[in-house]
Amino acid sequence: MKTLRQVKVGETVTVVKLHGEGAVKRRIMDMGITRGVEIYVRKVAPLGDPVEITVRGYELSIRKADAGQIEVA
Amino acid sequence: MEIRIALAGNPNSGKTTLFNALTGSNQFVGNWPGVTVEKKEGRLKRHSDVVITDLPGIYSLSPYTLEEVVARDYLMNQRPNAILNIVDGSNLERNLYLTTQLTELGIPVVVAINMMDVVKKSGDTIRTEELSRQLGCKVVEISALKGTGVTEAAETAIQAAIEDKAVPMHRFSGPVEHAIAHIEEAVLHDYPAEQQRWYATKIFERDERVLQSLKIPAGTMAHIEQDIQAAEKELDDDAESIITNERYVYIASVLKSAYKKRNAGKLSISDKIDRVVTNRFLALPIFAAVMFIVYYVSVTTVGTWATDWANDGVFGEGWRLFGVGSAAYEEAAEAYAVPGAMVEAFESAAEEAGIDPAEASDLTATAVFYDDNGNVTEELPVDFAAYQEAAAIEEPDPAAFGWWVPGIPVLVGNVLTAIGCAPWLEGLILDGIVGGVGAVLGFVPQMLVLFLFLAFLESCGYMARVAFVMDRVFRKFGLSGKSFIPMLIGTGCGIPGIMASRTIENERDRRMTIMTTTFIPCGAKLPIIALISGALFGGAWWVAPSAYFVGILAIVVSGIMLKKTRIFAGDPAPFVMELPAYHWPTLGNVLRSMWERGWSFIRKAGTIILLSAIVLWFLQGFGVENGSFGMVKDLNNSILAAIGSAIAWLFAPLGWGDWQSAVASITGLIAKENVVNTFGILYGGFDEVAENGWQIWANMRAVYTPLAAYSFLVFNLLCAPCFAAMGAIKREMNNAKWTVFAIGYQCVFAYAASLILYQLGSLFSGSGSVAGAIAALAVLGLILYLLFRPYKESTSLRAKVTI
Repeated sequence: MKTLRQVKVGETVTVVKLHGEGAVKRRIMDMGITRGVEIYVRKVAPLGDPVEITVRGYELSIRKADAGQIEVA
Repeated sequence: MEIRIALAGNPNSGKTTLFNALTGSNQFVGNWPGVTVEKKEGRLKRHSDVVITDLPGIYSLSPYTLEEVVARDYLMNQRPNAILNIVDGSNLERNLYLTTQLTELGIPVVVAINMMDVVKKSGDTIRTEELSRQLGCKVVEISALKGTGVTEAAETAIQAAIEDKAVPMHRFSGPVEHAIAHIEEAVLHDYPAEQQRWYATKIFERDERVLQSLKIPAGTMAHIEQDIQAAEKELDDDAESIITNERYVYIASVLKSAYKKRNAGKLSISDKIDRVVTNRFLALPIFAAVMFIVYYVSVTTVGTWATDWANDGVFGEGWRLFGVGSAAYEEAAEAYAVPGAMVEAFESAAEEAGIDPAEASDLTATAVFYDDNGNVTEELPVDFAAYQEAAAIEEPDPAAFGWWVPGIPVLVGNVLTAIGCAPWLEGLILDGIVGGVGAVLGFVPQMLVLFLFLAFLESCGYMARVAFVMDRVFRKFGLSGKSFIPMLIGTGCGIPGIMASRTIENERDRRMTIMTTTFIPCGAKLPIIALISGALFGGAWWVAPSAYFVGILAIVVSGIMLKKTRIFAGDPAPFVMELPAYHWPTLGNVLRSMWERGWSFIRKAGTIILLSAIVLWFLQGFGVENGSFGMVKDLNNSILAAIGSAIAWLFAPLGWGDWQSAVASITGLIAKENVVNTFGILYGGFDEVAENGWQIWANMRAVYTPLAAYSFLVFNLLCAPCFAAMGAIKREMNNAKWTVFAIGYQCVFAYAASLILYQLGSLFSGSGSVAGAIAALAVLGLILYLLFRPYKESTSLRAKVTI
């Protein structure tokens, strides 16, 4: 299973499925990361975490731990 | 009839700007009951019967974040007449997600598309009439920043409120609609028609808060559950995700016909800025530079001038307009240093010998000069002739130089003396009330300087990048990346530091930051450090850095311990944060935000600071002297000294069980630097000592062991801060229970830290007691347990929100 965590900076991927449950999952989805949406990984924070992504035309910061819950292709 | 309009929208959508444009200066800023979330209300300009409530900036109406729950409860329970939904036109997709939820509430919604100027400039087109048709609500175009379309938006909302039509809304997919229809039929037929769909959707999502409030019978619930599970099985996802997913799918379909984006992929100005600012190599240097500027201006330069001016000038002896004449005065004061010391030495020698100095022709005295550390640099013999010569030189009067403006206490004092006021009343007014007001207002100028920076950083978009850069470090201690700024400012003064926590969104992080910011040694604690270091450690280089180390360690330990406790485990943990586009803030908004924060400190923290100052003035100034109760000259006879003696035993396990230390710690609550002055009075009989108190170093060495002194230092660094900071804590916590908890925690933690340090230190140096060592080890064990026990991040909001 490939997750958003493994995606390199500069790559664009498509969300396949969201794992996890409850508030974490809902919050991620509320921000627009839903099945089938395209995600572009812009950069990693200078200290290595979190990562900055572009989704639905805006910029979002997400921790690597949470990115690991997002299955991509 | 009064019309109530709720202003709703995503964070960074320009909601505050729109709210300011709608209400002007007619605002009331407060908090939502019981929580730290800010609540703003205001009357619409030129429509005094229209009240606009600014809801917290939210992305959704989920039950998981405090802001969303506050907004939801307000909308559902207070049912405003209309919702004005501000939508960022340059970020339509995500902004409309909230709109799809708002339109289900059964309250008329007007969508105001903001930043239309930006949208048009970039060549994108939004077909508002098409959007309006599909969403089933009125849509207006505005630019909150330029003020265009704002009045129209408000009028459309008023119209919608009056007409009060139920709004048609979008449909979910077949299986979901099927389940929703069943739910409406089974549970909701008694509810108003326009509210049924909202509740049905929430029941389908298994929204805990709604299920709790509806109290559906178990049998019906089981029946509904079957429908939900059927839909879940068919769509292969959980119910909550199905709804979220379908909302975004629906928005995409709406935008297909209503929105056209030109030139995708071209870098905007904001993108270009971001490339530099959070660049892999430049991010940290730029971050450090920005923080340095904030610190340099608001703490070391302008901030210090502002605080000195307010505390020593306006609420002190006086100040010089534009500093004119200050240099001349300093020169004169320096020139007077030698004759001044000679006069003083001779007169005190004369007093000791019991002769009038004017007639003491046979007396010789020695004037001793010291450097900053109390070392003798020069000894000058003074005989009668030298004395007379020196006494003939006039001491320079500060008021005679430049444009002197006397301080408020001086002015008030003159008036009181002129009208022949009783000494106790004069004391109450001057030291109690004027001093207390000074304590409240003295920090405001510096605070305003800092707030100006914060407002700028927030509205230009860099604050989110601060959190982005620092998140990794701070989240380990249960803090936010944004906690960096309160802590940094806290090294200068804890009061603006605590107030700076307002920029942190998550309530848990915010509370944690408020509780731990004052652990960092602030400017006023430096004299205590200098006193202890100079008196007991020969000014060793490591004492001051170790104080900062103790502060940081206290934050780290407290953060980890507290985040594992139940009270802090209530809020959800996910950190998914929008990084808004950079834009240039308007001067008006920045100034307004600065003033609002400053004013709210004065209003909410002022009373408690003033009251505490008066109470402590009374305790210090009154007592039994010469057999009768009244004002006392000698602090030794005051009520405070009695209290100090009564509680001194408490501190015996920390190594400093004498009443003087207890009293000094209490006076430190007015302002931490008072600890040194109090020691000066109690240990040396000096009315005034140098900032590091070198005059009393020898006396302190007689009372304290180095270990006990360090334990005293640790306690005073970590325990409850000064009253002004406690007032700031109260203001920011917005809750009496949390305020008491925060201050109580700080005291208990300080006590525990000093106890461990002193008792274990004594043990290693071979002078410890068995009981003390056991107690210290037990406390240490408890802390270690709290630090290392297993911990799981919570995933749901358990904090109770009542409105």
